[in-house]
Amino acid sequence: MPTTLHNEAAIAGIGQTAYSKNSGVSELQLATEAVRAAIDDAGIHPSEVDGLVTYTMDSSDEVEVARTVGIGDMTYWSQVNYGGGAAVGLITHAAMAVATGQAKNVVVYRALNGRSGQRMGQGVSGNIISSDLIHWSWYMPFGLLTPASWIALQANLYMEKYGATSEHLAHVAITQRMHAQNNPNAAMYGKPMTMDDYMNSRMVCEPLRLFDCCQEDDGGVALLITTPERAKDMKQKPAVMRAVTQASFEGQEQMTSFYRDDLAALPEMELAAKIVYEMSGLGPKDIDASCLYDAFTPEILMQLEAFGFCGKGEAKDFVTADSLTIGGALPNNTHGGLLSEAYMHGVNNIAEGVRLIRGESCNQPENVEHVLVTSGVGVPTGAVIFGQA
Amino acid sequence: MSDEKKQALEAEIRSYVGKPIGPEVIGRDPVNEPMIRQWCDAMGESHPAYLDVDGAKGTVHGEIVAPPTMLQAWVMEGWDMHEGYDEPKNEQHRLHKLLADNGYTGVLGTNTEENYTRYLKLGETVKALTVIDEISEEKATGAGIGYFITTKTAFENQDGEELGSMSFRVLRFKPANPQPTASAAGGEEAVAQKPSRIKPPMGHDNGWWWERVADDGVIPIQRCTSCEKLRHPPRPMCDGCGHQGFDSIDASGKATLTTYTVVHYPQFPGYEYPIISIIVDLEEGERMASSLIDCEREDVKIGMALEAVIHEDDDGFKIPLFKPAS
Ligand SMILES: [Zn+2]
Repeated sequence: MPTTLHNEAAIAGIGQTAYSKNSGVSELQLATEAVRAAIDDAGIHPSEVDGLVTYTMDSSDEVEVARTVGIGDMTYWSQVNYGGGAAVGLITHAAMAVATGQAKNVVVYRALNGRSGQRMGQGVSGNIISSDLIHWSWYMPFGLLTPASWIALQANLYMEKYGATSEHLAHVAITQRMHAQNNPNAAMYGKPMTMDDYMNSRMVCEPLRLFDCCQEDDGGVALLITTPERAKDMKQKPAVMRAVTQASFEGQEQMTSFYRDDLAALPEMELAAKIVYEMSGLGPKDIDASCLYDAFTPEILMQLEAFGFCGKGEAKDFVTADSLTIGGALPNNTHGGLLSEAYMHGVNNIAEGVRLIRGESCNQPENVEHVLVTSGVGVPTGAVIFGQA
Repeated sequence: MSDEKKQALEAEIRSYVGKPIGPEVIGRDPVNEPMIRQWCDAMGESHPAYLDVDGAKGTVHGEIVAPPTMLQAWVMEGWDMHEGYDEPKNEQHRLHKLLADNGYTGVLGTNTEENYTRYLKLGETVKALTVIDEISEEKATGAGIGYFITTKTAFENQDGEELGSMSFRVLRFKPANPQPTASAAGGEEAVAQKPSRIKPPMGHDNGWWWERVADDGVIPIQRCTSCEKLRHPPRPMCDGCGHQGFDSIDASGKATLTTYTVVHYPQFPGYEYPIISIIVDLEEGERMASSLIDCEREDVKIGMALEAVIHEDDDGFKIPLFKPAS
């Protein structure tokens, strides 16, 4: 029995739907289309899948997906909480299932009508009665109703403390938009952005402008997880998980961890970094490309520091040196990310991590051995390092 | 409400459990064809067993019977008993009035369960005895905090033969977002309401905090009664020592600005934009979210000294906000 998840699981299939602003179909249709595509990509039959994992926020239940796709007997399923923080959590759960033998082939999925249906940017409202409504109620009466407003509080302090400015955020947004120009699946394909475009976009929650915020889209993504041994007999080159973990730090709240001493840092990401580097035996210098969660541009700056790609407060200089471009020190979100490909709650960033290992990105850098992918910022989160088989 | 007052109220409401709400109710009319026909018309029911002497002969009953779901209709007492909370006419009214007088002014029927022993025949007289069967622990619900009250009614005929039973559950609650009452003067129609900020739901863990803001005009800070550690936002257990008991201290209102954002979009009804939303460090060491008023955008500086104001919205809702220290 393995005692860590180091090299115990791999992603052997990826699938996705088209991304759009109005899918015109049900979320179950998006989910099952993506799941079927991931299974086909791996080259196995649906009946060989015996586990499913999704988000607590997803509306398509596991058995509905199983029946629709033709998945038969299942021995593992689970759901992961906390919005985009769940992304790497899905593959952590799946990896544990295949590593222990509880399941052989697990598909994880996320599908949402994120623009035509329930829009996350519209924030929380008093009409949603749920167990964490009281948590949100410490913020709602004061006008803090949207993800942008919660992140802005932390970003403002970070920028003030380290002298980061709108120009630094613009570098992140413009670089990812540039990447999307080579990705026909991206919502921002054919829509390049200049510094003027960025600066003229309207202020949403200071310091965040419209183009510091990710989009809202309809679509679905799925990933097939199995053991590296079984993956050898499948169709695609697997992306092996060198290390994978979930991470929630002391004092963690969902989007509102305002009660820790240093608000200008992401301790849950520092925890994730410590674990994945220890588990993999790798360090920041070994990472050749990344897909850092990018619901908002300042999150990229803070994660670069949390994962040790630069020192505290130095991310602003790191991004202006074009480090995040294809030829840079750390090509990041080569598909365009949540900012410019689509907001698939982070699962599309994992799919791009797999493509980078396969050598199939629309913006493939040379010699990619290891890729770091993270999930949601400001929430209980996680990180994974992929390597070659 | 203080703990002692709450305990006294709970003891009093529990004394009602097991009591009949009043004497047995005897149906004013025996089971009869005209009432059955009216009921069937209203419900869109057309089965011959209920309506047609000849047709009924061909059914298992061999004669006209009453629809089982009419059971309660035979003993209903009319409008007179509907509103009885101001001048209680039975024990059920007295229980409801007691709760209403203590702030549990909302009432919602939640569910009814009926059991039918057999079909009723023409000429039978229905009698019903209703007992207050159960009062729940205090529950936090979407509507507000309150008690579920269940009554059980047993139905018999004139000879004491069992006909069926019914349990009926209502929620008596403190409305989470009390609406101001319409202008009492002249009893005109309520004026269309201006949208107002989203209110917190009042649950076990936070309701007391907002009540203290409104009643005492202070910002309370929850304090563990065992190790005296402060905590905000309120939670049901001390993360320092595991103790559940708590009281609160009054914050001085002096604070410094930890961070802020100026919120422009999206704009929700009930708020005036832009909003300067803030996180502050209270002098006592705890941190809280709020918003900043009486301050120009260009004067906002991280680290600036602030003081609390208990602001009252047009709808009477009280909320602690901050302004630059004078
Ligand atoms: Zn304590």
